[in-house]
This record gives sequence, structure tokens and C-alpha cells, in this order.
Amino acid sequence: MKDFLRGLRLGVPIGLGYLSVSFTFGIMAVSYGFSWYQAVLISMLTLTSAGQLAGIQVMVNPGQYITMLVSQLTINMRYSFMSVSLSQTVSSDFKGIKRWLLGFFITDEIFAVASQEKGATPKLFLGLSCAPWIGWTLGTLFGSLIGNVLPPVIMNSLCIAIYGMFLAIVIPPAKKSKPIIIVICITAFLSCILYYVPYLRDIPRGISISICAIIASLTGAFLFPIKDKGENENE
Amino acid sequence: MNDFLIYLLILSGSTYLIRAIPFVAVKKNITNKYVKSFLYYIPFSVLTSMTIPDAIYATGNIISSVVGLIVGIFFAYRGKGLTFVAIASCLSALAAECIILLF
Repeated sequence: MKDFLRGLRLGVPIGLGYLSVSFTFGIMAVSYGFSWYQAVLISMLTLTSAGQLAGIQVMVNPGQYITMLVSQLTINMRYSFMSVSLSQTVSSDFKGIKRWLLGFFITDEIFAVASQEKGATPKLFLGLSCAPWIGWTLGTLFGSLIGNVLPPVIMNSLCIAIYGMFLAIVIPPAKKSKPIIIVICITAFLSCILYYVPYLRDIPRGISISICAIIASLTGAFLFPIKDKGENENE
Repeated sequence: MNDFLIYLLILSGSTYLIRAIPFVAVKKNITNKYVKSFLYYIPFSVLTSMTIPDAIYATGNIISSVVGLIVGIFFAYRGKGLTFVAIASCLSALAAECIILLF
């Protein structure tokens, strides 16, 4: 119980942050033509920002199941890395069915906090996951309900929020690392080519995002392999 | 609606499995430095390719989107948190939209 409460407390700031970001996800989902319960269902069952945004962009067109799968696998590949990392640091009784159930909650921020806890127990991890999941769900609900009522000029402005969050994730580590800046530049260059050049721009966006990310990361890995552990702690 | 449920299943199912399977299955550390490096760069390249160039059309108006992004880059560079940067981007894009409406 002590572990659970400690986790709960650690999760509150994450939950508050998620509330505001998922609020804009709700607004965006409604502006894409989804109903409020569809948006909430997506958030409750998926619990991720970039993947859900890419997901609703694919969903707008019917029948692009392969695009959906490929783009989700690429965008969410970072989670498997976090899962591997977390599997090394959690407590020894954190195994089997507990891993199957709690693995659902591995997000960037929950991972970041859990990995700082030496030998995180299942109870602590469950407590830690509560506030973020509730915040993510409620934010989506509020956003998708209020999104219908707000004047278009405000709704349009809110659609930039999720990109603001991406900037806040990418830029601080990039400031300290030239390899990251180069990977970002390669990605931006490729992404613009795939977005604007005739024929190439016909590739579904979910796939072209993945292509850029994979090529740029492979280039980064071969040009600037990370030296040792300790350099990748900002995951 | 049928389409929605299939999409939802793929979206949430793949996101869940990519988290859970490595968590359950992997018991050893990844040691290959190229694999580690590739995984290390993935978050940055994914977020960049989702942002560029899509974000300049986010508000439906290139000018207000770019204003919002520049303000976002400024505060992200100054090390402000996720929520602060997101709100600053929105408010500046809103201000730009209002100015555009006036003229």
C-alpha cells in the first residue's frame, strides 16, 4: 500500500501534463470528424500522443490497415526500447502476468519516472500509472466535448499544442548533442521531400513518416554510434 | 463504424504489444551499440518527421502556425516544460489569428 501511494503521488504531475495535451487531442479528433466517445475510446485503450495523432490521420481514409500498422510500429518502436530497459530495473517479483498487465502503461514520462526508482514494484508502477491514465482520458473527453462549442479561431490555434509539446521534447536534448541535431536535420530534409515532391507525396503520410525516421536514425547510428550507457538517459 | 473498430484494434493492439512483449520477453541487456544507437535516435526522428512540415499547416493558416512554432521553439530552447511550451504556442498562434482577422 505504501508503494502504491508513493507511485500515485509521483504520477500526479504527469497526469496534469497529460490533461492539457490530450485536451488538444480531443479537439483535433473532433475536427477530423470523430465523435467524442470515439476519441475517448482511442485514448483509454492506446495511451500515447504521437501514435494517436498519426492514427487519426490514417483513420480519416477508409481501409488503410497496413499503413496504420506500419506507422504505429515505427512511431512506437521507442516503447520497446523503454520496455527492455525497464525490464532490467524493476523489482524481482515484477514478472509474468504483472508485466503483461502493467506493460500497457509504459509511456515516455511513466518510463522516465519508473526508471529512476530503484527496483520499482508492481504496486508502485500501478500507482504511478493511475493519474496519467485518468488525466489522458479526462483531457480527451473535455477536449472533444468543448471542441464542438469553441469558436473556430480558438480550435484552430489549439491544434498547434501537440507540436509545441514535440518541440519541448526534442529541442532540449538536441541543444547538448550535435549528432541529434544532424539526425533532426536529415529527418526534416527527407520529410519535406516526401511531403512535396510529386509521386513521392502520394505515399500515405503514416508510411512516409516511418521511412524518414528509419533512414535518419540508421544514418545517425552508423555516423554517430552512442559511446556507452549513460548517454541515452533522456528517453 | 466497422472501419473505426478495426482501426482501433490495430492502433491500440499494436501499441500495447510493442510495449508488453519486450517487457515480458527480454531478460538480457541490448549490447550491440548500433542497435542501441538506432533506438536512441528514433524518438527524435519520429517527432521531427511528424512536425516538419505538417505543423506549418496545423492551424489551417501558415502565418499563425509559423508564429506558434517560432514561439514554441524559443521557449523549448530556453528549457521550458511540455505544458508551458504547448500553451505558449497556442496563445501566440491565437494572437496571430486574431490580428489576421482584423486586417
